[in-house]
Parts: sequence; C-alpha cells; structure tokens
Amino acid sequence: MIGQAWTRRHVLATDDWSRAEIEMVLEQTDVMLPVLTDPNRTVRRTPALRGRTVVLFFAEASTRTRVSFELAAKALSADVVNVTTAGSSVEKGESLFDTVRTLEALGGEILVMRHAASGAAQFVADRVTSAVINAGDGWHAHPTQGLLDAFTLRSQLGDLAGKRIVILGDVLHSRVARSDIHTLVPLGARITLSGPPTLVPVAWRCGQLPEGVVYEPDADRALAGADAVIALRLQRERQESGLLPSLREYARAWGLSEERVALMRQGAPVLHPGPMNEGIEIAASVAHGSRSLIERQVTNGVAVRMAVLWLLASSPVTA
Amino acid sequence: MILQGITRFDEQGRTTTGDARVGGGAEPIDARGLLLLPGLVDLHAHLREPGFEDAETVATGALAALRGGFTTVCAMANTEPAIDSPGLVAELIARADRARGARVLPVAAITRGRKGKELADLVELAAAGAVAFSDDGDPVDDARLFRSALEYARAADRPVFEHAQDRALSARGVMHEGAASAALGLPGIPAAAEEAAVARDIALARLTGARLHLQHVSTAASLEHVRAAKADGLAVTCEVTSHHLALTDDWVAGSRRFVWEPMRGASPPQTPRGAPYDTNTKVNPPLRGEADVRALWAGLADGTVDAIATDHAPHPSVRKDVEYAEAAFGISGLETALAVLLMAADAEMGELGTIVRALTSGPARVIGQDVPTDDLVVVDPRMEWTVSAGALVSKGKNTPLSGRVLRGRVLMATVGGEARYTDGSLKGRRAEATASR
Repeated sequence: MIGQAWTRRHVLATDDWSRAEIEMVLEQTDVMLPVLTDPNRTVRRTPALRGRTVVLFFAEASTRTRVSFELAAKALSADVVNVTTAGSSVEKGESLFDTVRTLEALGGEILVMRHAASGAAQFVADRVTSAVINAGDGWHAHPTQGLLDAFTLRSQLGDLAGKRIVILGDVLHSRVARSDIHTLVPLGARITLSGPPTLVPVAWRCGQLPEGVVYEPDADRALAGADAVIALRLQRERQESGLLPSLREYARAWGLSEERVALMRQGAPVLHPGPMNEGIEIAASVAHGSRSLIERQVTNGVAVRMAVLWLLASSPVTA
Repeated sequence: MILQGITRFDEQGRTTTGDARVGGGAEPIDARGLLLLPGLVDLHAHLREPGFEDAETVATGALAALRGGFTTVCAMANTEPAIDSPGLVAELIARADRARGARVLPVAAITRGRKGKELADLVELAAAGAVAFSDDGDPVDDARLFRSALEYARAADRPVFEHAQDRALSARGVMHEGAASAALGLPGIPAAAEEAAVARDIALARLTGARLHLQHVSTAASLEHVRAAKADGLAVTCEVTSHHLALTDDWVAGSRRFVWEPMRGASPPQTPRGAPYDTNTKVNPPLRGEADVRALWAGLADGTVDAIATDHAPHPSVRKDVEYAEAAFGISGLETALAVLLMAADAEMGELGTIVRALTSGPARVIGQDVPTDDLVVVDPRMEWTVSAGALVSKGKNTPLSGRVLRGRVLMATVGGEARYTDGSLKGRRAEATASR
C-alpha cells in the first residue's frame, strides 16, 4: 500500500469503486499469492489476522466460495466460525433481521455472507457493526469473484486497457457477470455480453447498457477476435421456467466449444466461475484444455479473499 | 375563524383572494400566503381494518388522511375478511363515523373473498353504501368474470376500480423492469404487464358500456390507451398516484431525487443517493422511468388523468424490514402526497389549479359525487417540515421520504364545517385588529 489507505468498511459490490481501490486489492493479492504458492514456504500461513474472528454466513448452498473464504481466513490465522442454513431463513420462519442479530452477537469482526436475495448484503451491512463481505447476493453482486477474474485475466493478458472480454451465457441471473463488468471496465477492458435474449436484461439489449459494455446475441460474432471469454453457469431451472427451449439448443447456440474458442485471438484464455455444466455451457475439452484458467481462478480466489480480508481488517474503520 | 387574505381555490382549480370563515368562530387570522382548498378526495387508500390492524385502522387512517388534507378517502376492500358483504360495508361505515376523521367511503370487493372466482353481490353491496367495486391489490385475471362484473356494476350504477396487471407477465417481479432492475439484479415487472391489462379492460368497457376506473396508471402507453378510450366516448377514467408523479425506479437503486430536481454538482452532475434496496420504494405498480413520469404529468395536463390518488398502503415494519424480494408492496402516502404535489407545482411540473382539480372534483366525479362544500383544507404552501416516519399519524411508517424536507403543510381540515384537525401554528397567526386594516 503506497500512499493510500483502505477506507471502505464493507465490500458489497464494486459498482461504486474507483480504479485505485480495485488496483489496491489486486496489488495486495500479489503480496498474498506467494503465501499459498511459494514452493520455498513450509508454512502456508501468516499471522496477519491472529485473534480476529471471521464469521462465514452462507444462507445459500455453496461449497467452493465458502471453502475459499475459509482457507483465506485461516491462511491469515483468523478464527473462523461457520454458520450455514439450509433453505432460506424465511422458509424456516426466521427473518434475515433475526439471523443478523444472532450473528452480531457472535462478535465477529468480519462477516462473510452469501444469500439468495439481491440486496441481502446491503441489508445486513446497514444493521451490524461488523465489516461485511458480500460472497454473493442473489443476481446482484459477487465482488470477490469479479476481483479474482480481474486478477487472473491481468496475470495472463497484462494491462487490460482496450482488451475485449466476452461474458457468455445467462447474464440476467448472474451476479458474476455484474461484478465482472464493474471490475473489468474500470481497469480499461471492454465487455461484450452474449447469450439468449431471455437471459440478458432487456434494458441491456435495448441500448441502456453500462459504460464499456455491448451486447452481441450471436456467440460466434461476439467471440471473433476477443481477448478472453468468461463462460457463465447455466442453471437447469431456466429451461423449466420457460426461458429456454432446450439445453441442447443452448449448447449449440451459446455453448463454449473448441470451434468457438478458436474464433478468439490466438491463445485467448477461458474462465468460468464454477461449478461447470460440462457439455452445456462449456465443452469438457475446453474446460480442461490448454486455454483454461479455471483452476488458476480457484487458487487466485483464495489470494484475492486474503487480500480483501486483510484490507478490511487493517482499515481504520474496522480496526 | 376568519382567514384574512387567503387564496381560495374552487374545485375547478380557479382562485380568488379574500377573507373566508372556516371551522367556526370569528377569530381573525392573518392568512395571507395560505391556501384554502376544497377537501381533497382520495380514491385509493388501504385502511387495513378489519384484519390487519397492526398496519392501520380506520381511525388512524382517517386521521392520517386529515393530516394530509384528504377529507374523503375511498377504502379498499383487501382486508381480512375482504369487504364483500353488505354487513361488512355497514360495519366499515359505522367505524368511520366513530373515528371522526376523514369521511370514509367503502369500496367493496368485485369477487367473493377477492379470490377472482365468483362475483360478490354487487347490487346489494351498492345498496349498502359501496361507492365502487375493486379487488385492488389483485387484478381480476378471468376476462369473462371481469366482463360480468362490469355488466353488474353498470346495473348497480357504480364504477369498477381495476388494478390492471397481467400477472403472467409481472410474475415474480419486484420493481420496474429497466436499467435499474438490470443493475440491481432484481426481477422486473415490465410496463407491458400493465399496458396489456389496460387494453383488455378497455375492450371490456367498450363491450359492456360500464364505468371503468383504472387505478394507479403508471406508464405512458397505458395512458395512450386511456386517451384513445376517452376520445371514443367510453366511460373510462383513471388515476395516477402521487409517488408515480415524483419518484422513478432509480430510487430503488438509491436515488433520492424527485424528477423535477436538478442533479447536484458539476462535471458530471450527480444524483443525490442513499442506500440501494430501500424496501420503502417497493410498490405495485412499481416506480417507473422518468419518461413515464413525465407522460403522467402530460396526461394530467390534458385531462386524460382524472384524479391523483395516494394508494396509501401502510405496512408494519416486519413486512418491510426484510430482503427486497420478500418485502410487501406499498407506500404510506396520505401525509406526504399534498406536499410533494405542491413542490411539483412549484417546479412547474403542472399547474396548481390542475392538481387541485385532480384532488377534488376529478375524483369526486369518478364516484358520481360532489365535494361537500363544508369540507375545506387550509394549507401553508411555504412551510417546510422534515418527514419523520415515527411522527406520521398513520401506523404505516413505510415512506421512502423519511428524512427529507418537504414544503407545504396542512394547517386545518374541516369535515361538514367541523374543524377535525387544526395545526397549532394556525392560532399563532392571529391577526392584530390593526394589522388587518
């Protein structure tokens, strides 16, 4: 951290972040990554958050993000408390407000939360003294995913200024797509969204797009000459709710096949936030092929979350 | 008291200035700069009693109405049980009489239990005192049943108030479908959900010749349908709400700018913002885009819009202090509507006379009535006050305007010549005998 201090109390979404704040996280990630990957280190842990408590509150099924945050917190020597709930709290008759009061009583300095409702992280942040990290709220935001995608792309492509990145698939229901837009665009990238018309917000198909973003319904045209692609997970229930004729047709029209990957600039990398439906939104050969950075995203994810945890813990408003 | 030098509006929105005797007594009051309006008529309020007394009661709602300048409110039927029998209509009238707040006119349900399956006894309900029929909160999905409702309402000489919404299209939406819903990741309600239903309802009004009143019209294309229906001579009327005239869907994303207010600062100007996902901005139909808001004002100016209503929809905090998608739809509006409209008039969104007409003779005509001549409201259009949810008389504290400074305050409201609400500051304006010379 040169010259500038971290001043945010919460990490809810990156849509109002400055480029400098995004850079700060990415630089901090550079510092954290060797803790996890340096072959000369025997202890993959730093004492940075010793004595601090991180509460992981996952009210929606998730393994990889929860484990990623847990590994990150433990690598910083924090105490970790896991709170998981099956189904929504509403189904159980407990309001999110009640749950939040309980979590507050646990006394964690940092609350990492995932919830099926867009805006849930904001709701909680408005009502607790802990710092809140949004690990995914409905369709709205998943800021650490956006940051890890930015970190991963930058480590592969260098400066993202002018780079054209395709986000492919179910954009409408994707918090990853929104957070990718709000992290990559401030770093200078241009985004092309591609996916079925029923799975891209109508405003974004009708010209009211966020800055730096265009929509191209045809996947081949979207990918032609692109510098990278982020394929999104397709939930099977989208077909059941009448938004798709069939998964087979989806795979043909928007699935990331080897032929489509070949349309991109030579060597252009492939990302996917996971978990993947191989054979639907991404071909197995692409997912596990030489262009795939999907495993690297997982490692980088832990480092990015370490960086975010460390920045929040060291921020004057939290510490 | 004698209000000296007051500017008086009649129910056509025309003004005269002079002295007026209001609320009994002969105490002289310096009323220069104050407005004397006919008692306002709200075609659309939810008083929640019986069944949801934690949200509102007839008594609290009728008093909140007076505080907001409304001396007559039409109470919607989505109570528990729904107002679908003559006995319930009579009971509501009795409770309103005891409350001694605003006049409360019962709107009875169209269908039994508001379930949209069988018609309620519309002729008997009218005889018991229902001024209109509505399943508000829900549309009548079944077009054939709605046709029957219109036929019967015509026989009973009452209008049908319709919450026009195609529920297959609105589905699980929680806000207007547009750029803000895209950014927030909230499921949208397309404008077409309202417009398709409005078109259907007008077709059935044409078929039956019944009086159709479209509630809380919120989009430009809906108004185009109404405009065309009126040009064809159909008995179609409509209302718009005060919140749809002032707020946009960007409020869900945190905007706190009335449509007529300028952006703040320079290069680039910014919209003043609060936190996103305030559930007090969740309302059905949803807050729309700025072009729709301007179309509503145009409809008001050209007479397409007959009335401004509040759609006062109080909720207890447990229904609002939840995730956005889970929150109840509705804004508590009786006590803020007039101030918001006065500010809009100041900003030249519409003529004050037009607004007054849409709050008095316009809605009265929809229900075939006149504003009682002894129902009057005294307003200080310059008085500033800060909206404090806790200070609202309504049990519904669910206002997106909490903390905002509004301009325009009701100082007195009379019902049948009796001053049922008087703000203390009015007495403080006592005119000196010499000063009045």
